[in-house]
Amino acid sequence: MNSEFLIQIKELKASIDNKEILKGVSLEVKPGEIHAIMGPNGSGKSTLANVLTGREIAKVTHGTVVFEGKDLLGMSPEERAREGIFLSFQYPIEIPGVSMVNFMKTAINEQRKHRGLEPLSASDFLRLMREKKELVEIDSALTNRSVNEGFSGGEKKKNEIFQMAMLEPRLALLDETDSGLDIDALRIVANGVNKIRRPDTSVIVITHYQRLLDYIVPDFVHVMYDGRIVRSAGPELALELEERGYDWIRKEADVSEETWTTDRK
Amino acid sequence: MDYRPEVIKALTELWSGSYKTFLKDSPDIYNRYRAGAFDDFLRMGIPDRKNEAYKYTNLEKSFGYRYEKYYSPVPADFKEAEKFHCEVEDLDVWNMVLLNGFFPHGEEGLVMLPGGIWVGSMKAAAKQFPALVEKHYNKYASNENDGLVPLNTALASDGLFLYAPRKTSYTKPIQIVNLLHSDKDIFAQDRNLVIVEEGAQLSLLVCDHALSPQHYLTNTVTEVFVGQNARFEIIRVQNQHNNSGKITHTFIHQERDSYASSNNITLHGGLVRNATWHSLEGENSETHSYGLFFADKQQHVANFVKVDHAAPNCNSTQLFKGVLDDNSSGAFNGRIMVHQNAQKTNAYQSNNNIILSDTARMDTKPQLEIYADDVKCSHGATVGQLDEDALFYLRSRGIDEHEAKLMLMFGFAHDVIKNISIEALRDRIDNLVLQRLRGELSRCASCAIQCN
Ligand SMILES: Nc1ncnc2c1ncn2[C@@H]1O[C@H](COP(=O)(O)OP(=O)(O)O)[C@@H](O)[C@H]1O
Ligand SMILES: [Mg+2]
Repeated sequence: MNSEFLIQIKELKASIDNKEILKGVSLEVKPGEIHAIMGPNGSGKSTLANVLTGREIAKVTHGTVVFEGKDLLGMSPEERAREGIFLSFQYPIEIPGVSMVNFMKTAINEQRKHRGLEPLSASDFLRLMREKKELVEIDSALTNRSVNEGFSGGEKKKNEIFQMAMLEPRLALLDETDSGLDIDALRIVANGVNKIRRPDTSVIVITHYQRLLDYIVPDFVHVMYDGRIVRSAGPELALELEERGYDWIRKEADVSEETWTTDRK
Repeated sequence: MDYRPEVIKALTELWSGSYKTFLKDSPDIYNRYRAGAFDDFLRMGIPDRKNEAYKYTNLEKSFGYRYEKYYSPVPADFKEAEKFHCEVEDLDVWNMVLLNGFFPHGEEGLVMLPGGIWVGSMKAAAKQFPALVEKHYNKYASNENDGLVPLNTALASDGLFLYAPRKTSYTKPIQIVNLLHSDKDIFAQDRNLVIVEEGAQLSLLVCDHALSPQHYLTNTVTEVFVGQNARFEIIRVQNQHNNSGKITHTFIHQERDSYASSNNITLHGGLVRNATWHSLEGENSETHSYGLFFADKQQHVANFVKVDHAAPNCNSTQLFKGVLDDNSSGAFNGRIMVHQNAQKTNAYQSNNNIILSDTARMDTKPQLEIYADDVKCSHGATVGQLDEDALFYLRSRGIDEHEAKLMLMFGFAHDVIKNISIEALRDRIDNLVLQRLRGELSRCASCAIQCN
C-alpha cells in the first residue's frame, strides 16, 4: 500500500456522448509535487479534472486511477473529496439561497465525520473561517452571502481558494484558477495556494499562462493535446510554450499520430 | 359520474336548517348577505375544471367526500378545546388559538393589544364595531367568479376579526393558530376580516394545523382592507395532512400609498388551493404575492393569484415556487390585469418549480391583460429538476448527495422565505422548511405554541 505516489493515473480514457475525449492519459504525482498541465482549449484538461473528481458528464471507458492506494474511480464525488481531493472549478457555480457559512460548515463536518472526528463547535468553526479568510485575503462580506451569488469573476476564484484553505486537501486541482484575474488578484490567489500547502500537499495546476507558474513553481510541466499528454518536461517547458505557443506541439502531435496510424496499417 | 349534485343537495339541506342551528345567533350584518349568496352558490356551483381558474385542480377529492358534520360548535367542544393547554414558547409573537375556526372562549373574545389593535371573533366585532364591520364586510370578496366564495358568505358563522385603527401598530406579529380537531369528519368554513386603517401597520401569521387524522375540508374567506399609507403583511403556514383539504380565498384591497404582502407557505396538505386577490385601488401602492409549497404522495397544491392594477404608479410582484415529488401535482395561475388608467405600472411575475420524480406534474399559466400603454410587465415560469452543476459543486466539497439535494431545495425555497420582513419569523419558517425537507415535521412541533 505504501506506494510512493499520491495519485497514479494509468491509460485513462473517457467519452462524452460516445465521443472519446480522453484518449489514454497517464500521470503520476508524488506527495508534495506540483504538476502543471497546459495545452490548447478543448484538449481535455477540464475533462480530466471532472473525471478525477467524479463528475459523470464524462464516462470512463478504460484505465485506472489509484489515490493513496485506493481505487478512486469507484468512489462517489463526496467520498473523493473526503479522501482529500479538491477541485478549484474553472467556472464556479452560483448557488442562490445556500449560505457560504452553512455550505462550509456542512462540508467541514462531513469531512470530520469521515475521519472519525466530532463536528466543530460553532465558535471553533467561526474561528477557522476567520483564520482562512485572512490567509486568502477574501472580503469578509463575501462569506456572509450565498455561495458565489453575485460574486465577480475574481471573487469566485478567490472563493475557490478559500474553500481549499478550509478543506486542506491532499491533492488540489486548480483548473484555470488564474484566468480572468488581474495581476494583484493572481498574486493573492497564488500566494494563498502556497500558504495553504503543506509539504506533502500535491497540486495539479491547469493553466494557459506562465505567469501563474512564476508563483506556483511546478516540478513538472505536461502538455495535453487532443486527449493525450503529448509532452512532459521540467518547468522550462512552460517558458518555451509561452514563447512559441502551441502550434509546434500540435504539429508534432499530429505528425506522430499520422505516423502511428500509418504504422498500424 | 358527477359527484356534485349529491353534495349540493346536502349543502342545501344544511342551508335550510341553518338559522335554527349554527346560524341561530348570527348578527344581521352577516345574515343580510346569506340568502343572496346561497343563490349565487347554487347558480355557480362547485367549480370544476371548465372554470379557467380551476383548470388544473380537481376538487372532487375534498368536496366529493361525505363529511359527517358541518361544523358548529357546541359547549362541549369548547370544553374540549380548553384541554389544549397551550403554552407560548416564543415571545416574538402574540398568539391566539382557534379551534375549527372558532375561538375557544366563545363570543366574548375581542381583546385590545398594546398599541390599540383589536383582535377577536367576527361575532363579537359585529356587536362592538357595527358601523365599521358594515362598511367593510363583504365589500372586497368577489362573489362572482367562484362559487366557493358565496358558499362561505352564506354559511360561515364566525372567524377572525383584526382591526388596526388609524396610525396604530403592533411591534410583534400576531399569530393565529387554526387547529382542526374533531372525532368526526368535518367541513368547516371561517370568514375573516382584517382592517388596517390609514397609517397603521400589522403583520399576521396564520398557521393551519390538523391535530386529528379525520377528513377535513376548510373553505376560508379573508377580506383585508389596507388603508392609505398603511402596511400589512400576511404569512400563512399550512401544515396539515393527506386527508385534509384547505381552500383559501384572500382578498386584499389597497388604498393609495399602501403596502401589502402575502406569503402562502404550504408544507403539507392533501388538497390545498390558495387564491389571493390583490386589488390596487389607490395610486402609489405596492403589493407582493409570494408562495412556496412542497407536495409529495398524491397531494395537490394550487396557487391562484390575481393582481388588479386599478390605479397608476403601482408596483406588484408575484413569486411562487414549488417542489413536487412522487405523484403529486401542482398548479399556478397568475393573473395581472392593468386597467386603462393604471399608467406607470410595474408588474412582475415569476413561477419556478422543481420536480423530483417522473410522475409529479406541474401546470403553470400566466395571464396578462394590459389596457394601459405605459406599463412594465414581465413574467416567467420554469419547471425543472435540481441543478446538476450545483449538486456536483456541493458534492465535490464532501457533502453527501442527499444532504446536497436538501441544501439546494432549501436554497430554492429560501428565495421566497427571505421576503418575510420580520427576521424572527423568517428564521422560524426557514427552520420549518428544513424540517419539512428532512421529513421531521410533525404536527405541532413547529409551532410557537406547544400543545399537550
Ligand atoms: N459537457 C460537455 N458536453 C459535450 N462535450 C463536452 C462537454 N464538456 C467538454 N466537452 C468537449 O470535450 C472536449 C474537451 O473539453 P475540455 O475538457 O473542457 O477541454 P479544456 O479544459 O482542455 O479546454 C472539447 O471538445 C469539448 O467540446
Ligand atoms: Mg478547461
